[in-house]
Formats: sequence, C-alpha cells, structure tokens
Amino acid sequence: MAKILAVDDSASMRGMVAFTLRSAGYEVSEAENGQLALDAARGARFDLVLADVNMPVMDGLSMVRELRVLPEYKGVPILMLTTESNTEKKMEGKAAGATGWLVKPFDPEQLLATVRRVLG
Amino acid sequence: MSQSFSDGTAATQYLTVNLADEEYGIDILAVREIRGWTPVTRIPQAPGYVLGVLNLRGAIVPVLDLRLRFGLTREEYSGTTVTVIITVASRLFGIVVDAVSDVLDVEQNHVRPVPDMGTAVDTEYLKGLTSIGERMVLLLDADKLLQPQDAQMLDAALNAVDDVKAVA
Amino acid sequence: MSTVSLAQFHQVFFEESLEGLDAMEAALLALDQGGDAELVHLIFRAAHSIKGGAATFGFPDMAAFTHEAESLLDELRDGRRATDGAIVELLLRTVDCLRGMFDRAQTGQPLANAQSDELRQQLAATVGRSVVAPAGKTIDKSTAQSGWVIQFQPHPGMLAGGNDPLRLLRELAELGQLTVEAQLDRLPALDALDPSECHLGWRIELIGAATREAIVAVFEWVEGECDLSIEPLAQVATAQPSNIVEAVAAPAVQNVAAKAVAGSNDAGSVRVGIDKIDGLIDLVGELVITQAMLDQFREEFDPSRIALLQHGLAQLARHTRTLQESVMGIRMLPIGSVFNRFPRLVRDLTQKLGKLVKLEMIGEHTELDKTVLEKIGDPLVHLVRNAIDHGLEMPEKRRAAGKNETGTLRLEAFHRGGSIVVEIVDDGAGLNRDAIVAKALQKGLIQSADGLSDETVNELIFQPGFSTAATTTDLSGRGVGMDVVRRNVTDLGGSVAIKSRPGAGTTFTITLPLTLAIIDGLSAAVGEECYIVPLVSIVESVQLRADAVRSVVGGGELFRFRDEYLPIVRLHEQFGCPGAKQQIEDGLVIVVEADTGRVGLFIDGLIGQQQAVVKSLEANYRRVEGISGATILADGSVALIIDVAGLVRMQSRRKAA
Repeated sequence: MAKILAVDDSASMRGMVAFTLRSAGYEVSEAENGQLALDAARGARFDLVLADVNMPVMDGLSMVRELRVLPEYKGVPILMLTTESNTEKKMEGKAAGATGWLVKPFDPEQLLATVRRVLG
Repeated sequence: MSQSFSDGTAATQYLTVNLADEEYGIDILAVREIRGWTPVTRIPQAPGYVLGVLNLRGAIVPVLDLRLRFGLTREEYSGTTVTVIITVASRLFGIVVDAVSDVLDVEQNHVRPVPDMGTAVDTEYLKGLTSIGERMVLLLDADKLLQPQDAQMLDAALNAVDDVKAVA
Repeated sequence: MSTVSLAQFHQVFFEESLEGLDAMEAALLALDQGGDAELVHLIFRAAHSIKGGAATFGFPDMAAFTHEAESLLDELRDGRRATDGAIVELLLRTVDCLRGMFDRAQTGQPLANAQSDELRQQLAATVGRSVVAPAGKTIDKSTAQSGWVIQFQPHPGMLAGGNDPLRLLRELAELGQLTVEAQLDRLPALDALDPSECHLGWRIELIGAATREAIVAVFEWVEGECDLSIEPLAQVATAQPSNIVEAVAAPAVQNVAAKAVAGSNDAGSVRVGIDKIDGLIDLVGELVITQAMLDQFREEFDPSRIALLQHGLAQLARHTRTLQESVMGIRMLPIGSVFNRFPRLVRDLTQKLGKLVKLEMIGEHTELDKTVLEKIGDPLVHLVRNAIDHGLEMPEKRRAAGKNETGTLRLEAFHRGGSIVVEIVDDGAGLNRDAIVAKALQKGLIQSADGLSDETVNELIFQPGFSTAATTTDLSGRGVGMDVVRRNVTDLGGSVAIKSRPGAGTTFTITLPLTLAIIDGLSAAVGEECYIVPLVSIVESVQLRADAVRSVVGGGELFRFRDEYLPIVRLHEQFGCPGAKQQIEDGLVIVVEADTGRVGLFIDGLIGQQQAVVKSLEANYRRVEGISGATILADGSVALIIDVAGLVRMQSRRKAA
C-alpha cells in the first residue's frame, strides 16, 4: 500500500487525516512542521505528501521548495491542505512546487477521494 | 459447588455468606474478591460497624462488620471469618461475615419480597428473599450497606463547619 | 469508508485550540508592548488553525466567527493595517469569546450567542465590511453540451510538480467517453530527451453531458503548467486557452454532537514530554537487568556470593528511588501555565484603575505537581489583584513620593529545599498599620493595638472576618478574603507569609510542597496505633514534666513553649485510641504548626521517620476530620496521616465552644 506523509501542526487535523488514511489501508507517517517533514522524507520514500500551509518552524511552502530539490521527490505528488481558497495562495503553492491542494474544511470522504484521485 | 434450577428466565448469580445462622446472598457481580480476615486500621469518628480500613493493592478500603451493621451481637473472629470486598458505584468496601458458603443461580421470578417481620435484620438492607429446598436465602442490597447518603451528609456537615469559619 | 467519526478528534481539537488561544493572548499582550511582526504571524497561525479545525470538525459558527478575526489578522500581517491598542483590545475580546465557545462546545451547547454575534459584527466592520448572510452558491452554470474538444499541452516541468497527465485523462474518462489523440510534435530527438519532462500533448474529444466546470475542475491543479483549451464539440474554431474558473468547493460540514466527548475526561490528563518517558523506559530497563541478576540467587545460593547479592539489592534500592522520582516527575508541570494569565489580568486591572504597573515574571519554568498547580491559581490571582488594588499607588502619588510613576509587580517562583516558593512582590505603599488596626478594632478582632508588633498587625489581614467584601467567589477571586487565600494554601500543605515596609512595598511568600503525592513524615505511636505526622509541620518534640502542664477552665491543658502557652491535644482522646499512655511525663509532646496556630500533640512516642505515599481516604470512604489521608507501611498495613491544620482548627473550635 502507498506510503503517505501527513504534515500539520494541528494535532487534531493531523490525527483526522492519519486516522482516515490508515483506516483506508494506507501507511501514514506524521510530522508536526515542515522541518520535521523534511527529516522524515529524507529517511523514507513517500508516495504522497499532504501538508498544511501555515506551520511554525518551517511553513508548508518552504517545505515544498526544499522537498522538490531532493531528486527522489521530483514528481512525487504533494498536496497542500489549506483554508486559503483564494487563487493567489494556490498559485503560491503551485509556484513552490505543489501538485495541487485540498481546501479545508474537508471531511474524511473528500480527503479519501482526493488521495485516491492522486494515487490512482 | 454451584446449584441452579433454571426454567429459562433471567438468572442472577449470588454469593451466599453465613451470618448468625442465616444465609445471605450478595450479587456476584458486586463481589470483587474474598479474603481471609486480617486486622484493619481503626478510623477515628467512624460508626461502630466500620471496623477500619485495609490496604487492597494500594487502595484504602473501609471494612464493615456485617453483624454490627445489622445490630447483631459481635462474634469472635475465627478461621472461617472472611472479608468480602464489594464494589458499589465504583466505591470499594469490605464486609466481614462468619463464612462464605455457596454460589447460587437465582431467577428473577423466584425472588419474593421480604415480609416485614420474621428476620433478624432490618429489611431496609434486603432486596428480597429466595429459598432453595429448606434453605432460605436473604438477598442483600449491597448499595445500602455503606449508605453513601450518610457519608455525604457527614461530608456536607464538615464542609459547612469549615465554610462558616471561612465566611466569618 | 464513511465510518470515520469526527467526534473522536474533538477533545484533541479543544485542547490544542485552548493552548492556541493562550498563545494568542500572550502574543497580543506582547504586541501591545510593542512586539515584532513575528507575533502577528503567530497570532494569525493560531486563529487560522482554530478556523480550519472548527470547520473540519463540525463547528461552523466558530469557523465563521474566527474567519472574521482571521481577516483582520491578515490585514495586520500584510501591513495593510497598523496594530493599535483598540485592535489588540478587540482581538483579546475575540480570544475570550472563543474560549466561551469552546466551553459551550464541550458541553454540546450552541456556540454562537448574542455576545459572539455582536463581536463578529464588530470584527467584520473593522475589516471594512459587514457580515452578510451566507448566500447560496452562485456558480455560473454553463449549459451542458453534448461534448467537448480539449486541447491539452503540458509544459515540460509539469511532471516534476507531481501531476501525472495519465491521472488527468483517467479523471476525464469518468466524465464521459473519450477519444484521445497524442500529439508528438514537440517530442525532441531521443538523445535530447529528458525522461523527467513531459513533451507529449493531447487532443481529447469528450462525449457526454459534462459541464465546462467539471472539466475545468479536472485541470484545476495544472493551471499555469499547461496550455489548455476547452471548446464545445460543434464549434471547434480558434482555440484560446481558457482562464480556469475557480471551483467552489461546498463546505461539507457535518454536525457532530460534541456530547460524546464532553464529560468523558473527568480524570484529567497530563501531557508528558518524550524525554521523560524515555527516561522511564531506560530505568525500567535497568530494573529488569537488576532483577535478572538477583534472580540468579534463586537457583543457587553460595555464601561466597553474598557481596554480589548486597550489591544487587543496593542497586535495586537506587533504581526504585530514581524510578519513584521520575514517575513523580510526570505529574510536574511548569508554573508558567498559571503565570500566563497574569499579563492579561494586570493589563485589564491597571487600565481600569488608571495605574501604571510593570509586571515581571521570573522562574516560569519551575515545576510543581499538577494538583498543586491547579489549586494555586485562585490564591495567586487574589494576591495579584490585591497588590494592584491596594498595594501599588496611583502615578501622581508615586511621583509625589519620589518613586517611579510605574510600579513594579514581580512574580517569582523558585525551589527552596523540598519546597516551591512563589513570591508576589510589589513596590507600593506597603501595609497601612493604622488602617488595619482600625478595621480590626471595628471588627472586634482585637481589643487594643497596644504592644502589638507590626508583624502581628500584618497577620491580622489573614483573620477570618477581616475582609469586608461579600463572599462571592467569581473567577477573578474578587470578594474572597485573605483568610480564604491562606486556607487554600494551607489545604495544599503550604503556608503564606507576609513582609511589608511602609512606602517600600509588600512581599507575600507562598511556600508549597513539591508534590502532594509523597510526604516526609514521622510515625508516631499512640496506644497500639501508628499515625504519620508530616515533617513540615513539626517544630520540635519535647518531653514534659507533669508540673509543666497547667489545666485551664473547661478542661484544656496548656504548656509553656518558648515564650508562649500552647494547648495540648491528646491524640488518644481526639482519635479514641485504646491502650495509650495517659501521663504526660510518660509520653512525648510534638509541637506542630499550621498557619492557624501551634499546638502540642501528645503521643506515646516516635517510631521513626519515613516517606509516605499519600492515599485518599475519601476515594472509598469519606473525609475524616483531623486526618488528611492514609499511607501504606512497609508491612502492608495502613497508617493514617494527621492533618495538622485540621487538628489546630478543631482545637480552636473547642476553645471557642
């Protein structure tokens, strides 16, 4: 089963994402901020990264930029989880290298639908 | 040593204990454990039937003498004297009885109300009686034994004393 | 997979949000003092997380409310608006309002109320628009066509961004029947081909009732990374790359009752750092090794190995002690979580009173037991209020006295021996002896102040009945007398002392035990029984001759200790212990001290000193006056722990009766 990295500083959001995906059979790792996510990503190969935008220490956009520098993360789908539904933010995410986004609030079904859409 | 006479209706298991020539049943779901009598630590200002407290794996548990609780005469403790640890409303307490005797399946429709007269014990602590052959078993209402309302009233009284002081 | 219940994440959401609100409040207060832009980011993040969580976990009212605050914060963050006192005030009220919403969420009540609605309007008005009722979705619905022709030419870098054209084609296929034609015209020569880049393009015919929006949604993520045109099947003409319309995601918010979570956490919880847990695991590892070592002796015991056995037992004792300390450490939390509330309190109070006060907090990282921590808040609030209300003077008065207009209030926590000390120090006017004496006379607490030392007069403020305020215990502690402060601290096994110099200020010193779970005590024999007397309350033990005791009217006994007469409490009488010594000269008198006074406890003798793990008597039984709890002795039996303050209270009551 595909390995997914869930990155969010909010324990409840991270818990919801991880629980939903694990219930669907995915293998999920969690990270609290961009820096920890980078550390985790360097040690393992994830098939998908789901990341919040606003996080302390290292925000989601910086994390995406750093991830895309790593050769093994070229082409790996990275979705931003964001409440910012305005185009500007999405474009910032895209420019940083994100694959796409999932607009908060989302429920477990929407999350799964999106993840399945990306992982096929 | 379990006896039962089942006709298919709901049955409750009771642990029966002996006390002053009578047999009492305690709902087995309320019984936590049975242990031989060991001395307890006396507590000040306690009613006479509260013998004291014992250490049950780190929990401080009060122990009552059931004879004294029922206003019967006190008996010297012997080798058969046991402490039955009971849990009611997540509170633990022990009762000291002469001996444990049996485990019974008692069906709901075999439980009869307690007549007002004819038992040595105040009917307040009983929720019914049943009989097995010649034996009559009085079913204890475990909730009433420690009478938490007593304890609450006492606590309230103590707090009131302190509060009066605080307000004064 | 629709079985994931969101309710299970509510408690975590509440906890993290309340922490976020605390952080927001602290940052707002720091911002008010001229803090930097990073604070605004922190505040924004906290609000943003709450909004996201509220929307996700089924609290739309909270999400909508927080959204307004977030918009305002966004303006601050972008520098479109400057931070001023009014904005900080508004945001502080927002924090309060959100706390109220969380309170209500935990008990399953409706979140919004008149107050939150008004505040929401105010936030919206500040941002520059009023809240409009959420209108129905207004999407420009283009009519469905019989089919579409899609020209899709990814830019070479699209693959690196994680978007796979095959996925897009797969999604299109769900909308209708596809005819796909690959366009190879941009394919470079093989030797120039970079396999991580995308060179193919596609012309796609989609037959079906799909709307343009549905197709646009498929390509939502690749806008800017491809050339795209979508034309109705009939009129394939000049293909202009279309601008992708922003898709509106309907907020699918489930309303999950919060009741399932509320009330399920009565036992409370402690967050424990990983390092503490790792330390425990290491210790358990050591214990296992020691146990294995000792286990060898079960198989064969040879006297020549006795030294090894002793070594093993010593090791076991050491590990057990360390383990005990580490486990107690889990309950230890920094006092900062209590101090946190003071910047806000001080700000609000000083603004109201027109005073200038600088608050200094030192030692926020000092740890103390969770139970102590929970109960020390209210007494501290009272002392802080008191210092600002009565201690620190108005600016003009301070100026006239040659002091800095701005008063200083210092909260400091530190370890001293086995205790935690919390000091509340102000540089205000100090206690006013004349005012205290006048009030004490008026209340009948004293007959005359002649010969009373300043210390004795200061102590009068702790007397029950000194405080005139009505005894309404609102959250801020207003109206509660100093006697209650002292009693709360005493109930925790601590003490309060006061030091004051006219014109220079007042210092309250609260001394608290590190933990309530373990105490050092002396075991005292009374007849056949054994009682534990907490070491902290013991002043001295003395052996009295019979003629050193004076009987007083009413049956009491007094003895002279240093320069005062103390009442004797015969423990065997108080507790009804059988077989105890009756003659004063046969036993021992322990002088014990509580805030409320000193007494001499008459016991048979001392058995020894020991650490006692405090167990509750109330858990299964009830409170017993004069007893604070129980402990388990080495032989497994139970010993009761004496509540010195309670005994002193009982004694003074008897005296009064």
